Amino acid sequence: MSGAGTPKAMKALASAAKKACGKAVIDSKVAFGEVTITVKREQIVDVLRTLRDDLGFQQLVDLCGADFPTRADRFDIVYHLLSLTRNERIRVKVSTDEAAPVPSAIPVYPSAEWFEREAFDMYGVFFSDHPDLRRMLTDYGFEGHPLRKDFPMTGYVEVRYDDELKRVVYEPVKLAQEFRSFDFLSPWEGADYVKWSGQLPGDEKAGGKA
Amino acid sequence: MADDLKPTALASMDEDRKFTINFGPQHPAAHGVLRLVLELDGEIVERVDPHIGLLHRGTEKLMEARTYLQNIPYFDRLDYVAPMNQEHAFCLAIERLLGLEVPYRGQLIRVLYSEIGRILNHLLNITTQAMDVGALTPPLWGFEEREKLMIFYERASGARLHANYFRPGGVHQDLPDALVDDIEKWAKEFPKALADIEALVTENRIFKQRNVDIGVVSKEQALAWGFSGVMLRGSDIAWDLRKSQPYECYAELDFEVPVGKNGDCWDRYLCRVEEMKESLKIMQQCIDRLRNNPGPVLSTDHKVTPPRRAEMKRSMEALIEHFKLYTEGFRTPPGEVYAAVEAPKGEFGVYVISDGTNKPYRCKIAAPGFKHLQAMDWMNRGHLLADVSAILGSLDIVFGEVDR
Repeated sequence: MSGAGTPKAMKALASAAKKACGKAVIDSKVAFGEVTITVKREQIVDVLRTLRDDLGFQQLVDLCGADFPTRADRFDIVYHLLSLTRNERIRVKVSTDEAAPVPSAIPVYPSAEWFEREAFDMYGVFFSDHPDLRRMLTDYGFEGHPLRKDFPMTGYVEVRYDDELKRVVYEPVKLAQEFRSFDFLSPWEGADYVKWSGQLPGDEKAGGKA
Repeated sequence: MADDLKPTALASMDEDRKFTINFGPQHPAAHGVLRLVLELDGEIVERVDPHIGLLHRGTEKLMEARTYLQNIPYFDRLDYVAPMNQEHAFCLAIERLLGLEVPYRGQLIRVLYSEIGRILNHLLNITTQAMDVGALTPPLWGFEEREKLMIFYERASGARLHANYFRPGGVHQDLPDALVDDIEKWAKEFPKALADIEALVTENRIFKQRNVDIGVVSKEQALAWGFSGVMLRGSDIAWDLRKSQPYECYAELDFEVPVGKNGDCWDRYLCRVEEMKESLKIMQQCIDRLRNNPGPVLSTDHKVTPPRRAEMKRSMEALIEHFKLYTEGFRTPPGEVYAAVEAPKGEFGVYVISDGTNKPYRCKIAAPGFKHLQAMDWMNRGHLLADVSAILGSLDIVFGEVDR
């Protein structure tokens, strides 16, 4: 398996990271051969600096957001670091909400600039001290943050070329057929997922009625 | 802008020289739909502001609403120059979530086609890089070879570009023996074609004048800016995921990792040429092993992989499994994984968060081109306007993966 280390090496890395970063670490775990540490948002820059300078994680491979609308701090910002000298990877996570800014990682990893712009564009997470927090991928003048779970798949506006106005016009999305999202999940086979979710699909409806 | 204009007699030389231009999005050397806002001082580039996203299709959002199997074709549309390498990363991520093993023959076919993808990509890149600096013939010669490779894609998967061939647990279909023979035949002929292209380009005076000492990246810069692949190796850092974190059967294959010395555009070009030769070596080894290792190409765990069509005609169980797989799909245990492959352009990673259902809760595509394009600003500062296209060519950008 690529990139996945031995369980022992992973545990050693997790505890080394925990020791180096001290109280900033909220949680650390090893799963699927990968190390994840969750740290306090305010101290993310210090943590990244420690990981880079003391533990040799020279590269920021990826930075992205993830949305969990049911949580109070609904967004995760996930940093994937790579060490070329140790040949190991580590994942660092912080959580935030719509308002609280995450300190920008640019002082430690300059490559964070576009990643943070993208995370801002897609999730509306703010990064403090970012020199140029513009939208990255969406259209000029776009509104909303498309990767949020409450943003509809179809979006709000569509564009077309208007022959009379001789320009591209923006209009509200019109769907010839209503957007359908099928739920194919079934409770068949008595599989492990019943264990994971703790209940059979449909049980939650019965629970609401009672 | 009209009120900015002053009589020339009053304007200082400085004010006269500075201006801003748009490079792209409809410029052939922009390698797709890239808009660069260039701030120039005469012909000297002072600042580059790449505007990307003109090819943004919301792939990551779309993936959240589709099952894992339905999502694989989206990866063909990322880096459409070497489609199967992208599918590979996604399949590896799913396999790690499920703890699924790929049969040996499946691994060989994956490696074989990954290396075909690498040659597809490098052929396009080195020849269009030559075109960006004025040569017209190399792309024609390179595309002829690409065409032959795409026919191998078609014979394996049914499609020249959007292959959808790598599946979690292996590859979709076995290769016919005749195809393996033809790939070997091609691999024996290709060094001649490559030598012809090299004879045109490598020591060409204009090509060297335009590329040597242009866009130099130091080791420190390459690390700090998250470079991977040839961008890293061109700066003399011997780092290749196929060697350092081997996946599939790369660990047992014999190949070298070429590195550059100076980190300029010409070194990166040379790295790519050498990598194609190494790819040929890997392909030959895969072909030899394929002949001696018959067997399944797809995992036989039918909770994840579809049963063979012939089985479905006779077995009730197989029919049910097929139906379940193509409606509900398979589920992955909750958790998160990051799987990366050494794609031709660099480290292509897929980060999947699973919530235990049949669809990824979140899938982030970490494309190498995104990080490389970010470096356009500092790499171009102080260079001449004409060097912008040379540097952009050597970054090896494809907008399918940058914009996603």
